[in-house]
Amino acid sequence: MVTGSALKAKRIVEELKKCGITHVVWLPDTEARFMYDTLINEKDIKLVQVCREGETVAIAAGLYVGGKEPCVLIQNTGFLESGDSIRGLAIDIHLPLLIIIGYRGWKRVGNITDSAAIYIEPILDAWGIKHYLVETDADAHNISIAHKEAHETKRPVAVLIGREYQ
Amino acid sequence: MIVDLEAAMAIGEHRTDEIVVNTMRAGRLWILVSNRVELDLPLTGCMSKASSLALGVALAQPHRKVIVMDGDGSLLMNLGSLVTIANQALPNFIHFVFENDIYWVTGGQPVPGVGKFNFAALARAAGYRKAYEFDDLESLKINLGQIFQDKGPTFVCLKVSSSVEDRLPYPTRKTEDALPEMRETLKKLSSGASAKT
Repeated sequence: MVTGSALKAKRIVEELKKCGITHVVWLPDTEARFMYDTLINEKDIKLVQVCREGETVAIAAGLYVGGKEPCVLIQNTGFLESGDSIRGLAIDIHLPLLIIIGYRGWKRVGNITDSAAIYIEPILDAWGIKHYLVETDADAHNISIAHKEAHETKRPVAVLIGREYQ
Repeated sequence: MIVDLEAAMAIGEHRTDEIVVNTMRAGRLWILVSNRVELDLPLTGCMSKASSLALGVALAQPHRKVIVMDGDGSLLMNLGSLVTIANQALPNFIHFVFENDIYWVTGGQPVPGVGKFNFAALARAAGYRKAYEFDDLESLKINLGQIFQDKGPTFVCLKVSSSVEDRLPYPTRKTEDALPEMRETLKKLSSGASAKT
């Protein structure tokens, strides 16, 4: 069981603003359900909603080419669906991209039984995508760390959201 | 049916300073046509995502027209992007689809559903402001001027023939090189400098 403060969408958005994020390209998931309400009223960050997660990385690549600072917000299931886009339009082109991933099935204590949670970290590791875990507001600074690292290494870096936002 | 190279040439005659995202066979044809390579964005891998990549560029560059030269097999792989694009309602977006009914790159196998669906109708139903379909070169040429002037998103289905025997040139610019180059080019253009490098 996670102790300490909850994870608030407002805190995540604060961190995204610190990073200079201009666009969040996303598909809603259960972990991110409070993000929509927060982001829809946010003037400095535009939401770009997609029909399928594989679109997100390609749209983000286009935004970056056009001079913007996008990030992607999808669930781990959607990350798995997006494999070829992440390979071809993030890793291969050296895109400095923050990918925020809803960690469906994650448990700090006890057996993880959801295959979406079981496979996501090994796959990120296999692809050389560094990842950070965020479970509470106290961890939210990991978003800025990941964003900075994405730019320094010119690679996608992931933040796994291990708890539903409030 | 329009010979696909002739369709690409007709589009090329109208292209001035638009960004052209291109992929698959349409991208190979565009190599023979383009007169502004510095404003071309070839997507050589990651089949199906040209429309999404172009949407990102169009969102970031609202004052510049963005053209995507897509393939039918590619778009079928990313059909939801029609709704995503229409939802953004960008006036600066033109989506050409070269419908040759085959996967040319893999040797000419038919795409699914040949003759049973209609791309222009799909685009219209998805919410594109305008959707055209052309199966003869003259009609395409007559309408291209208007298409370039239309407030988008605009969809243009080109019913084309493609020879599987063609030996078209391979892209000399990889996507991984073209993307950062384009970012720099657009930065320079924004600051008023020349795009030619």
